[in-house]
Amino acid sequence: MKAKDFVLEVEGLTVSFDGFKAVNDLSFYVEEGEIRVIIGPNGAGKTTVLDLICGRTKSTEGSIKFCGKELTKMTEHGIVHSGVGRKFQNPSVYEDLTVFENFELSFPRGRSVFGALGFKRDKEVMKAIEETAEMVFLNDLLDMQASLLSHGQKQWLEIGMLLIQQPSLLMLDEPVAGMSVAERKKTAELLRKITENRSVIVIEHDMNFVADIADRVTVMHQGKVLSEGSMDHVQNDPKVVEVYLGH
Amino acid sequence: MSNFSKQSLFSRNELCGLIVMAVLLLLVLPLALDGFRLNLVGKYLSYAFVAMGLVLCWGYGGILSLGQGVFFGLGGYCMAMFLKLEASSPENTAIQSTPGIPDFMDWNQLTALPWFWEPFNNLGFSILAVVLVPGLFAFLIGLAMFKRRVGGVYFAIITQAIAAILTILIVGSQGMTGGINGITDLRTLLGWDIRTDSAKFILYFVCVFFLLGCLVLCQFVLKSKLGRLLVAVRDTEERVRFSGYNVDNFKIFIFTFAAMLSAVGGAMFTLQVGFMSPSFVGIVPSIEMVIFCAVGGRLSLFGAVYGALAVNFAKTTLSEALPEVWLFALGAMFIAVVSVFPNGLAGLHRAYIGPVLNRYFGSTVAAIKQKLPSRDSLSNSNPGAQ
Repeated sequence: MKAKDFVLEVEGLTVSFDGFKAVNDLSFYVEEGEIRVIIGPNGAGKTTVLDLICGRTKSTEGSIKFCGKELTKMTEHGIVHSGVGRKFQNPSVYEDLTVFENFELSFPRGRSVFGALGFKRDKEVMKAIEETAEMVFLNDLLDMQASLLSHGQKQWLEIGMLLIQQPSLLMLDEPVAGMSVAERKKTAELLRKITENRSVIVIEHDMNFVADIADRVTVMHQGKVLSEGSMDHVQNDPKVVEVYLGH
Repeated sequence: MSNFSKQSLFSRNELCGLIVMAVLLLLVLPLALDGFRLNLVGKYLSYAFVAMGLVLCWGYGGILSLGQGVFFGLGGYCMAMFLKLEASSPENTAIQSTPGIPDFMDWNQLTALPWFWEPFNNLGFSILAVVLVPGLFAFLIGLAMFKRRVGGVYFAIITQAIAAILTILIVGSQGMTGGINGITDLRTLLGWDIRTDSAKFILYFVCVFFLLGCLVLCQFVLKSKLGRLLVAVRDTEERVRFSGYNVDNFKIFIFTFAAMLSAVGGAMFTLQVGFMSPSFVGIVPSIEMVIFCAVGGRLSLFGAVYGALAVNFAKTTLSEALPEVWLFALGAMFIAVVSVFPNGLAGLHRAYIGPVLNRYFGSTVAAIKQKLPSRDSLSNSNPGAQ
């Protein structure tokens, strides 16, 4: 395989918190347009991997290459500018602002101090917000304060806030946690729609949801890759069965 | 959907608030009060600049600074240095052993003007320095703190320490700063005597015009995307950071902006009161400034002005009648704001007075509404706002 085919190359990634290696010599590769799901028991280091990719945590060793650029040396906002979007585990939206304003602040323009002072709501912004709101099922709620949204709607709002930035790699930490069955279905549909021109990394515990969306699944255990491949492959892997069912 | 693209600087309620304030400050108070009392109001209003800066920095940005007195003082000192040099012409100071330098330098056996005093012979430089010296200082503090991700309580404590340090520094270098007495006996501004009643009357209006100008400027900042970003940073800093913003720069900006506002207030204070001393720099005045803002309502620019006026008016009245009660009253006020009305006077206005006004003037409002069909989205969402 040639390196060019990959959007994201993680190689030998290690992070040590006071000697505890939360992620230990981890390597995996994500292709363009792929939906990759990371699963694993609690404490396997799934969220830490996302933290490392988006620069929230600095790695001890190893490299993360995104479209050929080394991310481990970049600032958090630099990583975002290069096209990586990340959704947090608990929906984090701007609760005191309206849905519209949440989208507006996420629109990728006027990100410097004086750019923000001179920012205008022009046609381009309005159009992007309208389209995104429609995509994440919030087009009737633009006026509503974000704190009044349901849990599921907040999850969608945060996904929308990332979509409006047109990232080429989208990382979602438990996007369907706390959603009803109907909302899950809608979200799976949404993910399939938005993955057409980008790669997505998803952390999820809901196995039906994983089977529904994943192209490939990476199983993590104690900071390492335990198994990787299609959902069928990892479900039948005896190592995975042992980790999940106990010794 | 179309209503989102219209963004006006002031909503209807805010415009009414601005007009009411302008009439009160420019017409009612000058007509109702004698020269002495009006000068006091002018002094209170110079604190309103600081309180407005705190609304932006603390109320919206979530950055609590307990050291705004530093910037108020630096601005005031820059103004006082110019005025002092003008008052210390060789003719005025002929009896000194070294004529032509400020009197306190002569008392401290200095024989030449320190180098950093020299440029303050120039009014243009001094006016620039009023804004830029505190601005630069705040920028450096912000750079050192926010780039290292120091925030919250730690930041508040550090600003407080800076206020203490600067006071000690000023008091300690008496020969160059006037020490604990400060810079006193200021007389003229380019030959115009600022001690007369007519000058004080004019300076009051200068102060009010600057105040209203700064209020409009603050409103512009709050209504821009930067204002909404400040709220977003206060709520969920991580989300802003991972939406591609360099959050540190925004914090540095708003802290510096608030410092510059305080400095303008300090300069207006010096002009109207006629002296500047370390007693306006330290920890206690800095905390009082936060109380002005908290009592007024930390999310309201108008509230900041009324808060500064109300607390200072109470302070003067109580200190005149029952001097020993003032500190208890200040404490009680602080407890009341924290526990009973967390949004200050502005919050009370929004909850109780605003709806009543809207009911009584409902018909007029409806008429205005018809004339102005395009109100911005913000005023739609909180109709009781000032």
